[in-house]
Amino acid sequence: MNIYVCIKQVPDTEATILVKDGKSINETAIKWIVSPYDEYAIEEALKLKEKLPGSTVTAVCLGPERVHNALRTALAMGADRAVHVESSVALDSQNTALALAQVIRADKEFGVIFMGKQAIDDDASQLHILLAEELAIPAATHVMAFAFDGGKVRVEREIDEGAREVIEMAVPCVVAAAKGLNTPRYASMMGIMKAKKIEIKKITLDSIGISETQNKVHLLKLSTPAEKPQGRVIRGEPAAAVQELVRLLREEAKVL
Amino acid sequence: MANIGLYIELKDGVFKKSNRELLSLARKSGQSVHAVLFCPDVQPYLEEMKGIQTVIQVKGADLSYQPDRYARTLAAVIQEFKLDIFCGIFSAQGKDLFPRLAAKAKASLVNDCLAVDLDKRRAIKPVYSGKLLAEYQIDAGTTLFTIRPNVIAVDAAVAANTPEIKTVAMDSGDLQTKIVSVQKSASKKIDLTEAEIIVSGGRAMKGKENFAILEDLAKVLNAGVGASRAAVDAGFASSDMQVGQTGKVVNPKLYIACGISGAIQHFVGMKTSKIIVAVNKDPEAPIFKKADYGIVGDLFTIVPLLKEEFKKALS
Repeated sequence: MNIYVCIKQVPDTEATILVKDGKSINETAIKWIVSPYDEYAIEEALKLKEKLPGSTVTAVCLGPERVHNALRTALAMGADRAVHVESSVALDSQNTALALAQVIRADKEFGVIFMGKQAIDDDASQLHILLAEELAIPAATHVMAFAFDGGKVRVEREIDEGAREVIEMAVPCVVAAAKGLNTPRYASMMGIMKAKKIEIKKITLDSIGISETQNKVHLLKLSTPAEKPQGRVIRGEPAAAVQELVRLLREEAKVL
Repeated sequence: MANIGLYIELKDGVFKKSNRELLSLARKSGQSVHAVLFCPDVQPYLEEMKGIQTVIQVKGADLSYQPDRYARTLAAVIQEFKLDIFCGIFSAQGKDLFPRLAAKAKASLVNDCLAVDLDKRRAIKPVYSGKLLAEYQIDAGTTLFTIRPNVIAVDAAVAANTPEIKTVAMDSGDLQTKIVSVQKSASKKIDLTEAEIIVSGGRAMKGKENFAILEDLAKVLNAGVGASRAAVDAGFASSDMQVGQTGKVVNPKLYIACGISGAIQHFVGMKTSKIIVAVNKDPEAPIFKKADYGIVGDLFTIVPLLKEEFKKALS
């Protein structure tokens, strides 16, 4: 099967994010990582490849030059091919879905497409389904369990109150990973060496007819939310402190 | 005047409380408001619908949630009723349904909004897991917004007019993405994203079995139980309990963090809580800088005391 995994490069989860000019972030001190949910997607793609001999995993990433590192990470983990859709501009979700669809559609025999349920930068939480709709194929999001059997995909999706929906889909389809799906592997030294030798295929937005002028959702402003004023620590013996805390929650904070 | 559509989410027939936030947002806009409900009978919900123009009842033999059918039905409603803007809740179902609807209705979507200006088609949503806020402008054309639960102030309807009821037929076409069953959790957990109170444990819980003391406290408060990434990664708690950047983003009115140091990736998942309480042995733990109230002490001493004190206060 020609398995795809769409990934995004984002700032590390521990990074402090500072606004630069009201519309972008200060990138100087940022450590970039593969978005954590996309790591689960890579892992599941590799597991499926291991189950289906002769399969390949192609990682696709849209972004500026620096995203090569994200693609190298996917290759080092075990992906076979990497495609870099070169874009130094921000595309809205719909436009990104169009771009990814163009790349994947060029492969007439694409199978399961894995990706994270959201990227932890813009947290737009819609690209996976927009991509599936653009390709006219089924999609499941927030996937906690994945199985491929008898030509069919069966997944479990977490919903409210710990319940899970069991979903069946034909292939090709899009599977959007959530935490709990698997434990992503670390790249082996051999994997890292191998990854260095694989050529990353480059595709320009121009060549697939995508431009940011087609965006319909425009970022007006980025801002830092107001910080809470520092609270107070309640001193005293445990029993007295607890009593005072509950009194404050009831009388001052009025949350009980 | 713009036509505002609302997807009123019913969970096994029960009206989700976040629907009131949607209704408040739409009523305040002064536009023409149309609420869509998938149900065999709208009567039980009409009291909540006062002050809007239309209740659109979707009827059909099988109203169970199937994303393809719901999305096609709503896309048809948007077209038939000429809805300019359509809003729903950023719930488990909303996250699945609205992107599909956006594609089918050829609409733009902004998810997880904290504030929406329906007139100007602008929305503010958290990005970088809430480390920043982004304000978006959406071009003319059908626009969808999903709203984060527990954010928008709920106002009771002042206008007493009863809406006109219209019916549309449920789509019964093919299912590409087919929900074949729903497995309920053995223990019915309180949904963290909509919980009013959450009790959370961190690495200092030391073991899975110790979460029982948090569950005891949660029971008294009718609270949900959460965990930090450290606790989940250590195997003390399941991943659906994780609060933080790679877990759930929650905003209860009271969040009690027990033995959680307060790393930024946890904090961004709970910082919009109205009141944050921290219990930690380490007086230097960063969580104390962010909490409204803190107690420096061993959680294994403090949590049982808290349980007893809350029990007294609430009886």
